[in-house]
Amino acid sequence: MSRRPGFVVYGLLAAFLLGSAAPFYWSFLLGSHTAEIAAQGVPPLLPGGHFLDNARRAIETIPFWKAVGNSILVSSAAATSTVIFGTLAGYAFAKLRFRGSNGLLAFVVATMAVPTQLGVVPLFILMSKLGWTGTTWSVIVPSLVTAFGVFFMRQYLVDAVPDELIEAARMDGCSQIRVVWHVVAPAARPAAAILWLFTFMATWSDFFWPLIALPPDNPTIQVALNQLQSGFFKDYSLVLAGTTLATIPLLVLFVLTGRQLVAGIMQGAVKG
Amino acid sequence: MGGVTRHLTWRQRLSRWDARWAPYLYVSPFFIVFAIVGLFPLVYTAYVSVHDWGLLSGKGEFVGLDNYREVWDNPYFLKQTVNTLSIFVLSSGPQIVIAVVLAALLDTQLRARTWWRMGILLPFVVSPVAVAIIFGSLFGDRYGVINHGLELIGLDPVAWHTDRFASHLAIATMVNWRWTGFNALIFLAAMQAVPRDLYESASLDGASKVRQFLSVTLPMIRPTMIFVVITSTIGGLQIFAEPRLFDQTNARNGGPDRQFGTITMLVYDFGWQLRDLGRASATAWMLFLMILVLAVVNLVLVRRIGSLGGDR
Repeated sequence: MSRRPGFVVYGLLAAFLLGSAAPFYWSFLLGSHTAEIAAQGVPPLLPGGHFLDNARRAIETIPFWKAVGNSILVSSAAATSTVIFGTLAGYAFAKLRFRGSNGLLAFVVATMAVPTQLGVVPLFILMSKLGWTGTTWSVIVPSLVTAFGVFFMRQYLVDAVPDELIEAARMDGCSQIRVVWHVVAPAARPAAAILWLFTFMATWSDFFWPLIALPPDNPTIQVALNQLQSGFFKDYSLVLAGTTLATIPLLVLFVLTGRQLVAGIMQGAVKG
Repeated sequence: MGGVTRHLTWRQRLSRWDARWAPYLYVSPFFIVFAIVGLFPLVYTAYVSVHDWGLLSGKGEFVGLDNYREVWDNPYFLKQTVNTLSIFVLSSGPQIVIAVVLAALLDTQLRARTWWRMGILLPFVVSPVAVAIIFGSLFGDRYGVINHGLELIGLDPVAWHTDRFASHLAIATMVNWRWTGFNALIFLAAMQAVPRDLYESASLDGASKVRQFLSVTLPMIRPTMIFVVITSTIGGLQIFAEPRLFDQTNARNGGPDRQFGTITMLVYDFGWQLRDLGRASATAWMLFLMILVLAVVNLVLVRRIGSLGGDR
């Protein structure tokens, strides 16, 4: 509704924002004090000087760098592949006429409702048969493409690529794949960037399947945080320093691309 | 296209073949991957669930519905089902209400609006595992800052990790913290798509702002409401990372008496702690059916509620 908001609106939003930011600060705060202070409950509200020290101990407790490396590898592989396959399939559903396209698209939409998480038992059996359990392959392969990715790109490409442009390119003798490369890919770029970001973040945050598939010495960052938390006694300065550290990569990504993420959620909402 | 089939050159033939088969080629990666990691597992889960099937020993005898019966008779199944539903209701209900209000606040002529929007999305960057660790500390039974705050205002501290309802509340808070801003943006997009002249004619009819919100905005964003409710049903009933990491005992089953264990945690417990893939599969299938039923129930419910607000 178009009206100038007053203090009440700004006040409520600011309060909400404070609530959104407070747990970040708490995590950093406890992570910056010594174990003794952290164990005594609420610490002084200003950060102590022990964050780097605690972070170093956390890094030594779990295979931190390996976990971060694995998470970056798995998440970028999943995101890149989802974008490529999502764009190809999305284009086919948006612009190409082929037998069964309506039925297949309905099937894609329906599969979005299928919780793939529940297929972990056969997935585990399959990965064991292939000899992939314990390797990052077992986490990458199931997330190579998602129904959401296909549907998201389809919704975008319906309007983003004019039919005339495709026809003109075909008239000029472009093969289908060259049309994709020279006409569709450039038009798809904004949506592709958003899909990449969301897939990256979702894969980065995933826990259930990586916990099952990966061993303690070859974890993703979420599985490693799980190990960090499961020590015999709780040293919250160490655990929260590690947690803060592990959140920094996505925080940086958010600072760099927050605008696109907001735009992406809002676009997806209207189109989906 | 018809009638020119006779004098096709090799190039034209190739081009036709290309036009005909390229679409299938493009959509095939999705269907191949989905068949392997989505469809096959779902069907095969049913197959595993009617067999004795050890994690290490592999397939055993066909046992019919025995696994289902054993899961059903297991006291933790009912308990963890109730926990899952309780956490789901505590998280999705307040979350949607707050998200809609937040979206209404954002749907004004704010200064620096992109910053506000980014700000409310911030919690989304924290993974559920990290959220659970951080909130596990905030909700600490003895030294947590929440209990500290409660004591400051003269209330008794709450046993967040041992009391059943309190633990559900704490876990629901984590889910709400991470997802409310995200859903608010979805509602905001829907609100901005509402034609402005509807508001103008409503205010000409003398409707107050609140009245306009109830009779114009809410009915108009109903489809979005349905979308959010369905996705949060599918996601919410599978909740795993939050309750698992909230548990500070070493068993990690959702508290000493499983006060906050969920169904997905039971799947994990059967399969990878008790090493019984048969019972894990039976549990997974029951959860799947439950999600299906609840998604449909919610769909009907939201439609009903939406049509009470205004007649469309």
